[in-house]
Amino acid sequence: MTLAIKASGLAKAYGDVVALNGIDIEVEQGTVLGLLGPNGSGKTTTVRILATLLQADSGSATVGGFDVATQQDDVRSVIGLTGQYAAVDEYLTGRENLELFGRLFHLSKFDAAKRAAELLDRFDLTDAADRGIKGYSGGMRRRLDLAASLIGRPNVLFLDEPTTGLDPRSRQGMWEVIEALVADGTTVLLTTQYLEEADQLADRIVVLDHGNVIAQGTSDQLKSQVGGDRIEIVLENVSDISRAAELIKEFGSAPATTEDVTKTVLLPVAGGSTAIVNIVRKLDENKIAIADIALRRPTLDDVFLSLTGHATEVNEENSAPAKGRRGRKARS
Amino acid sequence: MSTLTSQSVTESTAPRPRFGWLITDSISVSRRHLLKITRVPESLFFALIQPVMFVLLFAFVFGGAIDVGPNGAQSYREYLIPGILAQTVMFAVAGITVGITEDASKGIMDRFRSLPMRPGAVLTGHTLASLLQNILVIIILSITGFAVGWRIHNGASDAALAYLMFATFAYSITWVGAWIGLHMPNSEVAGTAGLAWIFPFTFASNIFTPVATMPGWLQPFVLWNPVSCLALAARELFGNPTPLLGDSFPERYPVQLSFAYSFLLLAIFAPLAVRAFKTRNK
Repeated sequence: MTLAIKASGLAKAYGDVVALNGIDIEVEQGTVLGLLGPNGSGKTTTVRILATLLQADSGSATVGGFDVATQQDDVRSVIGLTGQYAAVDEYLTGRENLELFGRLFHLSKFDAAKRAAELLDRFDLTDAADRGIKGYSGGMRRRLDLAASLIGRPNVLFLDEPTTGLDPRSRQGMWEVIEALVADGTTVLLTTQYLEEADQLADRIVVLDHGNVIAQGTSDQLKSQVGGDRIEIVLENVSDISRAAELIKEFGSAPATTEDVTKTVLLPVAGGSTAIVNIVRKLDENKIAIADIALRRPTLDDVFLSLTGHATEVNEENSAPAKGRRGRKARS
Repeated sequence: MSTLTSQSVTESTAPRPRFGWLITDSISVSRRHLLKITRVPESLFFALIQPVMFVLLFAFVFGGAIDVGPNGAQSYREYLIPGILAQTVMFAVAGITVGITEDASKGIMDRFRSLPMRPGAVLTGHTLASLLQNILVIIILSITGFAVGWRIHNGASDAALAYLMFATFAYSITWVGAWIGLHMPNSEVAGTAGLAWIFPFTFASNIFTPVATMPGWLQPFVLWNPVSCLALAARELFGNPTPLLGDSFPERYPVQLSFAYSFLLLAIFAPLAVRAFKTRNK
């Protein structure tokens, strides 16, 4: 196993505020690590330290085998960074931006132009290549920003909340681009506060809260920490709730919980789909009307809630798209 | 064992940083800023309109009231132009302060710092672009001055030395602006703070009025003020009126002192700014 990123005991404080409390991170070559956590959990601080933008107070880290504190130039020549804000020049065109960064990567004039054209084409920006960035949409800016971070063909790519503030369609587009990069063998460290995004893109997930790693593993491992599948049954009549819970308990792996307001019975189960059939039959035999029944796999929201005792606490200013999406996902 | 191998730090493989990169990187960065000027020509227009306005206002409105030589208003116009050139060079510094703060707040600075470029080039490139813009403004101002009656009386070599002196000082003083810009929280603050320190240096000087007209307690500051030295040196080199206060050191050696100030500013503020750039937000 080759580690593209290895950090141990990284700590950083801003005055009295502890941003990172000694975290360990390992990312294998060619895989995607999702750093998941609410605002202020230390995600961006981690990325900034690994990308040589910030000096850790203590701990050490290597990226691509190079020490981030003592071999900054080497680290910078193997990484790409896409931050939360599109880090491009507003007044230049897309092509001029990419050529500028190519030149600063010490590509020859010819190679910089060639690489810029390649990336513009790959990110579907050729038509807008010679227009100023000011006229680009949010999604186009992010794509250009990502293209800029790929100028030097990095082995390790840091994506700091790459889809924050994007509409669902642009987000889907970014995901596809990121997936294609990973397929080419790029190692990616992705930070996100969208649980869905980590679920979709990351091979492994590290959950941060207040500068500490509170959990890590694959998405499935994290989900199994909060229990397996559940069956959610919505009844027509609230008066049937306790009788229904009693009738179906034999199919569950743990006692059912009920919610009067939503007329819902939740039953943890081991074998999902067979249980559904049994439950439907049983309730039907007893003339209990079902409005809706579904198998629920736990979401990362549930994981976060059970690990921290609080929800993800996404900040209001950034949360509008996140809340909407998460809300839909939880009910869908 | 394989984990052990991957933990060990790899020998550096990147080509060793070369001094040549500082130059090519600086050119790339300054090209960026020059392109920006062509995209927003308004910025250049207003950089020009202000000093031209000052020339016209002082030459025709206040000029008659300020006595600097035997030929009245004509003497004042000759006195005024080197002063306006010095003022322009000072005011241009505010632009770089705002520009650098803006870059830093927009994330493009992070992009630069994550590239294997020479970190200093972000600043040398910006200051070089600012120098080129300054030179253009100085040329246009000189033409405006010529139109209102300013003349170069001494030889071409003295005049060339005067322009070289302006360019040197203009370049050095922008490093002060860059250094300030790296300490500003946002471009609004940079806009005010970037100008605030420029006012006393620009106006408590001999650029509009002779030192003799100012109160005694202020005169030492005015005499030693680099802006005064620059204006006085230029007047001497161009052969324009130089109403002197006495024979103090700054009045005897203004040219030497102007160059000395330039090199001193550069020697102090260029390293300070580069250091501030490297450690900003660390």
